[in-house]
Amino acid sequence: MSLPQIEIQLIAAIVAIACAIPGVFLVLRKMALISDAISHSILPGIVIGFFLTEDLNSPWLILLAAVTGVITVVLVEAIQKTGLVKEDTAIGLVFPALFSIGVILIAKNANDVHLDVDAVLLGELAFAPFDRLMVAGTDIGPKSLWVMGIILSITIGLLIAFFKELKVSTFDAGLSSALGFSPVVLHYGLMSVSSVTVVGAFDAVGAVLVVALMIAPAATAYLLTSDLKKMLGLSILFGVSSAIAGYWVAHLLDASISGSMTTVLGVVFLMVYLFAPNKGLIAVMYRQKQQRTEVSLLTFLLHLNNHTEESERHINHLNEHINWQRVRSQTVLDLAQKNNMITITDSIVTLTSKGKEFTDLALEYIITNKDEKIEHMKDNFFLFRG
Amino acid sequence: MDIKEYFSLVFSDYTLRTITLGTAILGAICGMLGSFAVLRKQSLLGDAISHAALPGIALAFIITGTKDTNLLLLGALVSGLIGTFWIRGMITKTHLKSDTALGLILSLFFGFGMLLLTFIQKQPNANQAGLDKYLFGQAATLVEKDVTLMAIVTGVCLVVLLLFWKEFKILLFDADYTKTLGFNTRFIDVLITFFIVLAIVLGLQTVGVVLMSAMLLAPAAAARQWTNKLSVMIVLAAIFGAFSGVFGTAISASQNNLSTGPVIVLVAAVFVLFSFIFSPGRGILFKQIRFWQNRRDLKLQKTLQFMFDIAKTHEDISHPHAIKILNNFQGFTRGSLKEMEEKKWVEVQGQKWSLTQDGYNAAENLYKQ
Repeated sequence: MSLPQIEIQLIAAIVAIACAIPGVFLVLRKMALISDAISHSILPGIVIGFFLTEDLNSPWLILLAAVTGVITVVLVEAIQKTGLVKEDTAIGLVFPALFSIGVILIAKNANDVHLDVDAVLLGELAFAPFDRLMVAGTDIGPKSLWVMGIILSITIGLLIAFFKELKVSTFDAGLSSALGFSPVVLHYGLMSVSSVTVVGAFDAVGAVLVVALMIAPAATAYLLTSDLKKMLGLSILFGVSSAIAGYWVAHLLDASISGSMTTVLGVVFLMVYLFAPNKGLIAVMYRQKQQRTEVSLLTFLLHLNNHTEESERHINHLNEHINWQRVRSQTVLDLAQKNNMITITDSIVTLTSKGKEFTDLALEYIITNKDEKIEHMKDNFFLFRG
Repeated sequence: MDIKEYFSLVFSDYTLRTITLGTAILGAICGMLGSFAVLRKQSLLGDAISHAALPGIALAFIITGTKDTNLLLLGALVSGLIGTFWIRGMITKTHLKSDTALGLILSLFFGFGMLLLTFIQKQPNANQAGLDKYLFGQAATLVEKDVTLMAIVTGVCLVVLLLFWKEFKILLFDADYTKTLGFNTRFIDVLITFFIVLAIVLGLQTVGVVLMSAMLLAPAAAARQWTNKLSVMIVLAAIFGAFSGVFGTAISASQNNLSTGPVIVLVAAVFVLFSFIFSPGRGILFKQIRFWQNRRDLKLQKTLQFMFDIAKTHEDISHPHAIKILNNFQGFTRGSLKEMEEKKWVEVQGQKWSLTQDGYNAAENLYKQ
């Protein structure tokens, strides 16, 4: 590995961490799309900042563009407050308008601005190591490494200092204001940090992909844990590993680094989405199928409980009466038998004493409808689940 | 070329006519279907789908190797639909919320599309140039064939809209009721979503993936301000959309270095801004005026009540009182006294006022309604 390669990976990893931290809170606060809005609407800020400073890594440009990001949030909230349109429409109206202004500004001044629209969307991570920061004539590393490093340390500092406040206001805004932490201040604090991070990362990964770095690691981690600290840790892990893996994929394919970072993030998310232990698609579908069978079983047991006459308890009759398909009836019968809830003699189904006890309890649960989980009851009775 | 020249050329010049017609039709269909997106609170779905269409375009190119617009758009349609259904799956099957799902699909698909695009660019095949026009759109590349396609899709969409008008409308406003009536809500839902995706895909060539969502939203959001009736809203949105298309094309054609997509979006944004401020029913301006009016009326009534309280202690209700005693009353001004005089509630003579019979009756009925 050559030095620029190491530097690129280092920058990518730092960008990933810096994005993942605010991303977790955005996802938890259901404001993920605000990051999309900010990442687009900072464009006019960056272009105007570039006219003034002529340097994409100048701290003034970053501040100016970040202010544009916060203005977007304020505008969205102002439009929403008029009650004329819903929140999502407000977001959808503000950022394309600001982005259009940015694109037009770039196009009209194409000769003066060394910014092209592709770079805006994609970033140019591969060129980042060539823009060196010189202090007193010595080379102390790539500029964007320093910029992102500073942003990251500020973010981490704020995170540690305000962790408790952020946690409370994220999960219970009412409690947080009752305790005296203003949710509004925290909200705008988070928005400012997100804006600064987006602007800093913009240079490296571009407008749309910074959204991926913010949302995807957090969403992936959210499928695996419900603990805020673990979620932060996991999303940093996912962000960094995808960033580095993405770099090597891009190296292999000779394609855009940020594009392949996002693709790796996407693949990681897809895997977790499908296979996450409790909240993944397969787990959820399996659980739903299980519950469906168990509800059928309960219906079946209640039916048996209601009818003592033999004709009503004949297997074929059940088939007709409850109107189930043959396979479904067979599954339910098997499950009931495995759990010792029924016995079948000469095609006549009879409740066992255990089945009777369960049915009575279930009936009581249905009638009183107390807030006790039926799952708990199932745990006590079922040897085998549906 | 300035704007005047543009309008004189628009009927004679082939290119201008095609582009103008294309953007107008696009604006109309987007406005029409955008109304549904806005009312169903799916405004940002358009943003996600348009980004999600990018890998479809790139993959269609990699597989077929041609730049035939229809094939590329077919790819975009497929990948847009995959994105849409994945979003839906995520919202219903996991605890991820809709904003996260939209943001994920938007950025992940777009990133993958970008990876494919840069991969294509590095290929030795010289045929690849021009795919990146789908990022920001280039109305200038519209040819008659594209416009015909747009017109056909718009026609089909109109027919379907009229056929399923009742179903669409009822699903929009009361989904549960629709289900109880026995309609297949899933089918209607998929149908309307399919047409929204179709409209987005059609617009990619003209305004590009990044700005397509505004094309869908802005005309509908503007139209919403002028009416509370769905049919009127859809027609208005189509008109706003078409005009944004035409004006946007006109402005961008009359200047150098102005891409059409962003200009159309900005024109649509102006429509929205105008509607937000000046619409008579919901607009900010008239709302504020009504607010002021109400406040003035209330002050006037309060003053009248105060006078009434004084006057009713006298046998003769029109017994004159000094204006001075009103000075302590909050909300009283010379202006309001004058206005009350004009309404014939009071008579003013010198430094004295007296309540009239009309004023007395009005005050008596004030709190009786």
